[in-house]
Amino acid sequence: MSELLKNTIRFILFILVQVFILFKMPPLHRFIAPYLYYLFILWLPFSLSRMSITFIGFFFGLCLDYFTKTPGLHAAACTLIAYVRPFVIGLLISQEGADKNYISPSIVSMGWAPYATYVLVLTLLHHSYLVLLQWLTFGSFIFFLGKVIASSAVSLLLVLLTELLFFRKQKFRTNTI
Amino acid sequence: MRNVFLFIRRHFNFLFFLVLQIVALSFLFRFNKFHEAVFLNVSTEVTGHFYERYNNIEYYFQLKKTNESLVQENLRLRQLLKENFEAPDSIRRLIHDTLKVDSHTVIKYMLMEAKVVNNTTTQQANYLTIHRGFDQGVRPNMGVTGPQGIVGSVVNVSKNFATIQSMLHYQFRHVAKLKHSNETGTIEWDGMSPLYVTLKNIPKSVRVEKGDTVLTTQLSRIFPANLMVGTIAEIIPDNSSSFYTLKVRTATNFGNIEYVYVIDNLQADEQKMLEDSTRKKIQ
Repeated sequence: MSELLKNTIRFILFILVQVFILFKMPPLHRFIAPYLYYLFILWLPFSLSRMSITFIGFFFGLCLDYFTKTPGLHAAACTLIAYVRPFVIGLLISQEGADKNYISPSIVSMGWAPYATYVLVLTLLHHSYLVLLQWLTFGSFIFFLGKVIASSAVSLLLVLLTELLFFRKQKFRTNTI
Repeated sequence: MRNVFLFIRRHFNFLFFLVLQIVALSFLFRFNKFHEAVFLNVSTEVTGHFYERYNNIEYYFQLKKTNESLVQENLRLRQLLKENFEAPDSIRRLIHDTLKVDSHTVIKYMLMEAKVVNNTTTQQANYLTIHRGFDQGVRPNMGVTGPQGIVGSVVNVSKNFATIQSMLHYQFRHVAKLKHSNETGTIEWDGMSPLYVTLKNIPKSVRVEKGDTVLTTQLSRIFPANLMVGTIAEIIPDNSSSFYTLKVRTATNFGNIEYVYVIDNLQADEQKMLEDSTRKKIQ
């Protein structure tokens, strides 16, 4: 399957899972909002240019926004993590050159610890920005802090489960340059 | 000039990011103010179809609860039937002038049933989507009630779908009254729990007890009077204010709404025109 087709299917699946499963779940607590959809941006291939990755992030977030009737909220957060993503990847795997030998970020291509850091940083960034935007119009500082921490914890758990359930095999590609 | 182009080329990615951020934020904050944003009418139609598909499946799991709530509503309506009220005084009888009831100029509220195809309770801004839109007579700013109590108001309409701002929306404000004292206050949502809303601006001179009924008033332009809003669950102590903050348990269970009624106030335009022209005269 080509990367384009694979990512298109992921695009649709992640939005459907977020809208029809995670947003439909009965609320556990007002701080806990399970998010998984942004994993799509984390899984995008290394080879995309920074501009296109930023735009994909924006478009992806906006698609979700039209389901939740909050145009711009998720789009802003997704644009931010999509823009920051190349910097984080550059910091974490500058030594190995894995971005040339593998297709997309994963446990196999980046190693366990760098990949976990990568997910953690972008999750916190996404949630902080998303909740900050909600906080501007509504709520208190406790709401902001509590929601960022609780939602990030739940989201990280969901990401871990997804990584374990849908293990992505990555081929090591030589002579790529 | 050359330096400007060089600067743009060098920082193109960052500038592109900034532009997208500004676009996103302008969508967000403009939407909050006016309930409108780019392509929202089109997107309501598209997302509505997705929600309808999903609802077709989900609907079967809710059939039992839907049936129960409809039976209860039927029961309540049956108890209002004229046959249930026997007048002890048989000489004087209440006679309805049927002409007046049927005449279009007297009937004020018209109800339209609609199926809920999507509903959220977990966000700070909760909306419902119903399968009934502009072509079926729904317009923005109509009231929406469920079998048990009020649900929200229509904010956006596409051809076949409409979105409803749920009572569980941080911007929802509506006037409501206490049943036994007729004192009016404002209903709003604090975002804490989908089971409770807050009633404010009831002066402390009024006696309030747990379990008191909260109803809609005739002061509202979109709801008829005496529709159920909820019952008082808790009186939150606040000594600094001369007004109560009351926690109200909503009559509507937002977890399992399947059908709602859209209320069309046939005289709303007339009332609005009169009020607007009065305001103009004063200025």
